[in-house]
Amino acid sequence: MNDQPQFDNPKLKIKALDFYYGQYQAIKKVSLDIPANKVTAFIGPSGCGKSTLLRTLNRLYELYPDQRAEGEIRLDGTDILAKSQDITLLRAKVGMVFQKPTPFPMSIYDNIAFGARLYEKLSRGEMDERIEWALTKAALWKEVKDKLHQSGTSLSGGQQQRLCIARGIAIKPEVLLLDEPCSALDPISTSRIEELIDELKADYTVVIVTHNMQQAARVSDYTAYMYLGELIEYGATDRLFIKPQRRETEDYITGRFG
Amino acid sequence: MSTLPPPNKIYRRRRRVNALMLFISGLAMAFGLFWLAWILITLLYEGFGALTFSLFSQMTPPPGSAGGLLNAIVGSVLMAATATLIGTPIGILAGTYLAEFGRRGWLAPATRFINDILLSAPSIVIGLFIYSVYVAQVRHFAGWGGALALSLIVIPVVVRTTDDMLKLVPDSLREAAVALGAPAWKMIVFVSYRAARAGIVTGILLAVARISGETAPLLFTALNNQFWSLNMNQPMANLPVVIFQFAMSPYPDWHRLAWGGAILITLGVLALNIVARVLFRR
Repeated sequence: MNDQPQFDNPKLKIKALDFYYGQYQAIKKVSLDIPANKVTAFIGPSGCGKSTLLRTLNRLYELYPDQRAEGEIRLDGTDILAKSQDITLLRAKVGMVFQKPTPFPMSIYDNIAFGARLYEKLSRGEMDERIEWALTKAALWKEVKDKLHQSGTSLSGGQQQRLCIARGIAIKPEVLLLDEPCSALDPISTSRIEELIDELKADYTVVIVTHNMQQAARVSDYTAYMYLGELIEYGATDRLFIKPQRRETEDYITGRFG
Repeated sequence: MSTLPPPNKIYRRRRRVNALMLFISGLAMAFGLFWLAWILITLLYEGFGALTFSLFSQMTPPPGSAGGLLNAIVGSVLMAATATLIGTPIGILAGTYLAEFGRRGWLAPATRFINDILLSAPSIVIGLFIYSVYVAQVRHFAGWGGALALSLIVIPVVVRTTDDMLKLVPDSLREAAVALGAPAWKMIVFVSYRAARAGIVTGILLAVARISGETAPLLFTALNNQFWSLNMNQPMANLPVVIFQFAMSPYPDWHRLAWGGAILITLGVLALNIVARVLFRR
């Protein structure tokens, strides 16, 4: 990959990244730059390593002893794979929303306050404001404003996912990682989330993994196509979808894959 | 209107097997319930008359005179409570280690294996153990010995249930918590414990239920006491040993008190379970 897009000050700079699940190598020598205040999408068939790549960006894989990453990932120039990197601070800066909704077994209010309380001392009033702000951003406020103290697990699947998004942005991270955030949502919620993603890039750098190529085309500025752990093509979304440079990319996005 | 295909041979066979297995399952359940019901009915029949005010207000009597079980009730409650207070924190912390930090290394699997052995250790062995390391050293039976022996029964039960219940908490919840930047301890305390709370508390109650009827560990440690005593450094009265001694005696009024004690333990365990269920119903 020689003709990757270059950025002056990439938010994230991934260099020669390898990733292993035990003996199995899931990511092979991937290098790419992710620009600030843009939406970057990772696409590719199941098992291509796109979610794995996402999970290296906040070192979430470290929960599991047999998983390891080798190479370099720089967030604003700092190597986040370095041992000296404080892992909780990294995750406060690099937020994440998962494929399946993961509301904590506590009230809607506390679900969001949990993250916000970790790094900020907010008064009751400020916390109320923060929660309203996050829920409004996630297009959930109207539906839950009268039941903030009900359990988060009592919401519907789509509402739970929007709650998780609200929780993720309430900590005001710099980078937001979205791992197929809409795969459990109905079309209306999905379009709301997509609008939200578009709004979010004013303040955040967004990286999204998606199975849905239309979604990648709609929401992202840059798209990376991965296959079998390798980065096949990376470029501006418009260009990549209209005029892919690699045969493999074309086959995938036109559905002729495999 | 679509029409269903007529039942064929395979379908009819499946129906028959289903009916047969359901019948056998029902029979097995009825068999289990039959004995339980018999035990409870006998207990109520024999023990209900013993549930008098004096049962709760008087001490265990010498044969032939009136009395109650007050000293035994208080002794039992005191020792069971102490054992629970000792055993619960140790059990929960160990169970947390196994479930939350036991992914790497050999220590957690080894601990889990040993805990399972302790879980099924005969309680008389635990009684003898405390006898040799505590009672024989201080040279007298004591309530503390009873509490220690009971706590050794509490620990493996709580370790096991805490471990099991925490392992039921999906990893996706843990990932979500650490992805927000939560340190491990906050993730465990605010997310894992909350998600597993009902199960962990049930484990503690199971342990309390288990020790409230244990006789063997107390025979060698707290022994018994005919008189009122709150001194944990002295032999201490307790319901299981009183039931054991009174039921083995030839005196009818002691028999009556033994039945009373048995029904008290049963109702106590029942009440504990009901309270817990009500408390943790959402």
